[in-house]
Parts: sequence; structure tokens; C-alpha cells
Amino acid sequence: MRRKTGVGTWLGFIVILVWCLLPIAWIVSLSFKSLAETTTGSPQFLPKDATWENYKVLLGMTDDKTASHDFLAALRNSFGISIIATILAVMIATLAAYAIARLDFKGKRLVLSLALAIAMFPVVSLVGPLFDMWRTFHLFNTWPGLIIPYMTFTLPLAIWVLSAFFREIPWEMEQAAQVDGATSWQAFRKVIVPLAAPGVFTAAILTFFFAWNEFVLAISLTSTTKSRTVPAQMSYFVGPDPFNPPYVQLATASVIVTIPVIIIVLLFQRRIVAGLTSGAVKG
Amino acid sequence: MTATTIPREATKTSPTGPSDRSVAENRLGQKLVAPALIMMVLVTAYPMLQALYLSLFRYRLTTPDDKGFVGLGNYVTILTDSLFWKDTLNTVIIMVVTVAVELVIGFAFAMVMHRIIFARGVMRTAILIPYGIITVVSAFAWQFTFSINNGWVNSWFDWLPGISSTTNWYGDHWHAMFAIMVSEIWKTTPFMALLLLAGLSQISEDMLEAAKVDGATASQRLFKVILPNMRAAIMVAVLFRALDAFRIFDNIFIMTKGAQDTESSSFLTYRQSIEQFQLGMGSALSVLLFLTVLILAYLIVKFFRVDLAQARGEG
Repeated sequence: MRRKTGVGTWLGFIVILVWCLLPIAWIVSLSFKSLAETTTGSPQFLPKDATWENYKVLLGMTDDKTASHDFLAALRNSFGISIIATILAVMIATLAAYAIARLDFKGKRLVLSLALAIAMFPVVSLVGPLFDMWRTFHLFNTWPGLIIPYMTFTLPLAIWVLSAFFREIPWEMEQAAQVDGATSWQAFRKVIVPLAAPGVFTAAILTFFFAWNEFVLAISLTSTTKSRTVPAQMSYFVGPDPFNPPYVQLATASVIVTIPVIIIVLLFQRRIVAGLTSGAVKG
Repeated sequence: MTATTIPREATKTSPTGPSDRSVAENRLGQKLVAPALIMMVLVTAYPMLQALYLSLFRYRLTTPDDKGFVGLGNYVTILTDSLFWKDTLNTVIIMVVTVAVELVIGFAFAMVMHRIIFARGVMRTAILIPYGIITVVSAFAWQFTFSINNGWVNSWFDWLPGISSTTNWYGDHWHAMFAIMVSEIWKTTPFMALLLLAGLSQISEDMLEAAKVDGATASQRLFKVILPNMRAAIMVAVLFRALDAFRIFDNIFIMTKGAQDTESSSFLTYRQSIEQFQLGMGSALSVLLFLTVLILAYLIVKFFRVDLAQARGEG
């Protein structure tokens, strides 16, 4: 019996690895195929002649800079917008989560129910009105035009994760440190910050993933590479042949934008899991 | 002097009025949540009201002078249009199928992750990659997978009935829907699995051991012990995923652009508002979409609660 479940678990382990990683292996393999190979049709998994050509084209290491110019601009926008939205959202959410976890005040329920409503909100239903408003406020096709909705839509998740973390912090330790002679700043800096940092960090990762991934607002509220992020830019990728999408370049762009995700996952997997499941079970 | 101040202090801390401390706490709390509250109201509640207002008008950006009040006209147009119902049906099919499949696969994954004692880090990393990857990237990866000239599905699975080297996955409705759902399921199963794993790890081993000693078979243990004790986790997972699946947009936009009648409610709303500049009609669609999501959330919560009460009554 024991041994049998062992075999089953092993099999399950392999199935999960294949399930999760096969599509990744596929786009990596595709990114090393040449444009000519996919134009004639290349149904086999691995490239016939692996080439770095697509990476060179997209990263601007060839003479023709048209593809790389747009892609690198979008990459810059993606990084800039996601990082700024993450920092702002986490700052605002930290204040709110601290209040929700530790203080008694009127309106707590209102904030929590609004956050829950927004978490379930169909983003696309705001696209029309925001499009209209952003044109009047001159926010259409600008970085703030995306940063503002991104930080708002990630606030609920960030508040949720952070308040779950903050509830677990033994706040008495702050007083204990002060009794032992620490100033209140020292108590905050040396005791509370190290305890709260993992939660803040987790909220930041999840917020970053959201902003990095977002697509609906990115195609609706932008019009040029001035502010278009990578997911939106990828949907505008047109190769030399408009009836045949440039598979290999899209795959290459996919691999490049997935690298940051994989790095974050490799470094912080434990935190991400804790953040995703925080509050989910406790209700 | 002291005699006059003491009664005053006493009245302040008496249970009839709030103490200085609680007033200050109240004020600090409100100050701290104010930025978050203001952002959420300005960026979601206000535009939503704006949508409610615009939905009562005939308003197209290309002909702004033609703007006029039409009352519920837009809603009548939408609700009597078969396209709206077809797209809603598509969305519901995608939601039901993907959530059901994910619940089964996600539970299997959660079981494996729960039992595994080796390589937990590797497993966690692998499972978080689909979660963290950009949906557009997932859509492209699966679009190419099912591509007739450059995909591997047709050559790897041609031994299955119905699949040959010439199967065109974007040539008809159900094939295209299948491809879209595969991408959606691949990308979001990890999230489901992690939530279910969290629920699974809260079930005490003693209880399972006791059931085993009492002679419960493996399937009895699964259906009578494990699943009922995971109800809260399952509800949260289903609620989040169902509402998320109902918003499906990215996969359809990339994989089919709505061709072969694969359009979803979100896609229709987007197309009306952004591509056709029909802000009045688009707003009405937005309001309907929002209402549908609210009803859906209510139904899911209700469904699980009723179930819970029944289970208690039976037990």
C-alpha cells in the first residue's frame, strides 16, 4: 500500500512537471527556430537549425531596428509602469492594512467590502468610462494613465495579504523593546520592520505579477509605444507577412518577458505561495 | 483644583462617551485607510457611476454631436440581440468547463503536492511558473501549439480519433473553444491547486487515520472525510476562479480575435467601447457585465452555504 502510493506520487510529480514546463520548453524551442523554418511549416518540437537570430533582432543587435525599437520601448514601459505601480500600491496598502489589522475605527467594513468588490470586478467594464475620462484628463496613452488603474486594482489583494501578515505580528515586542530602553524609532526600525518586511515583500511580488500581466487596460488606454506595455505590444506584432504571424519573434518576446517571472519565482516561491493562500483558508 | 478636574476626567472615560484614546484611534485608522479608499472610489466607483449614466445615452465618439438620451434603449437593444446571448453563453461554457476541469486537476495536483516529501521546492517553482506567466504569452504558446503548420498537437496526437495532420483548430467553433480553454486551464490550474493544497493541509492526519481504522475505503475517505472538510477552501477557490474565468479576454483576443463565434462578454464590451467607440452601448454592456458578476458571486456563495447546511442536517 505504502509503496504503491509512492509510485503514484512519483508519477504525479512527473505529470505536474511536464504539464507546467512543456509549454515553456515549447516557446523556448520555437524562439530558436529560424523565420524561414516556420514559414515553410515546422511541426516538430525542436528546431532543425537552432539560431540566436530572433534574440539578436528583438534586442537590436542587427541592422534592422524596427522590431527591436518597438519591443525595447514596450519592455521599458512594462518595467517602469509595473515597478512604480507596485511601489505605490504597496505603500498605500501598508497604511490601510496596518489600520485594518490593529486599529478600531468606523468605516473598516466599508473599506473591506469595497476591496472585496473590486477584487471580483470585471476590469473590462471600466474600460469605456476610463477611456472617456482619460481623454479629458490627458491621461490617455501616458504612464500615469496605466499606473493609476493598476495600483487601484492591486490594492485589494495587497491589503488582503498585508493585513493577514500584520495580524500575525507579535506587536507586544515593540513595547518590550521600548521597556528595554530602545527609542520608539529604534523599536519600529529594529523590531517591527524586520517582522513586517516579508509580508510587504510578498504583497509587492503579487502586485508586480498583476501589473506585468495586465492586458485589457494596456490595449485600451494606450495608442503608441510611448506607453504600451509588452503584452499589448505583442498583440500588435506584425511580421513581414500580415497573414502569417511571426511565430518565432513572438516566441522570443514571450521568452524574454517570462525571464523576470521565472527569476522571481525561483527566488521567492515560498513567499508567493504563502501570500496566495493567506486568508484564503482562514476565511 | 484637583477636585474639579477629576470628575471631568471621569466623565470622559465613562462608557457613555468615547474616550480620547478611542477617538484618536478612530481618527488615525480613518486617516490611514483614506488614500486607499480614495483611490478605489475614484478609479472604480466613480467610472462605474459614469458608465451607469452613459448607458442611458446614444453616444458615439465618432459622432459626439449626435449624443442623446435614450433611456433604457441601449439595454433593450442588447438584451434583444442574439449576439449578446451567444457571447454570454460562450462565457458561461468557458467558465463552467474550465472551473470544473481545474477543480479535478487542481485537486489531483494538490494531493500530489501534499504527499510529496522530496523536491518540494522544484515542485513549487514549476507550479508557480504558469501562475506568474503573462496570459498573453500563454495564449501565444498554446496558439502555436495548436497551429496547423507549426504546432505539435496534430503530429503528437494523430493517433486519437478526430485528430489528423490536417486538423484545423481555428477552423470551427468547438475546436477553437477547446484551444482557448486549454490555455485558460493551463494558466490557472496552479492557483486552484495551491488554494486546495492550503485546505488539504488543514485536515488532521488523525481524523484520516481514524477513518482508516474504522474501515473506510479510500473513496469513502475522499468523499466523506477529505472533501467535506475542505469545503471552505473549495468555495474560495471556485469563487475566485469562476469570477476570473467569467472575465476571460486575453486568451480569446490573442488566439482567435473572436473568430468562429468564440467571443466572450468581456470581448464584446471591449469591442463596442474601444474599437467602435460606442460609449453609450459599451457602458450598458459594462453595467450588465458587472451585474452578472455580482449575481454569479451571490449564487456561488449561496450554493455552497446551502450545501453546507444540508451536509450538517444529514450528518
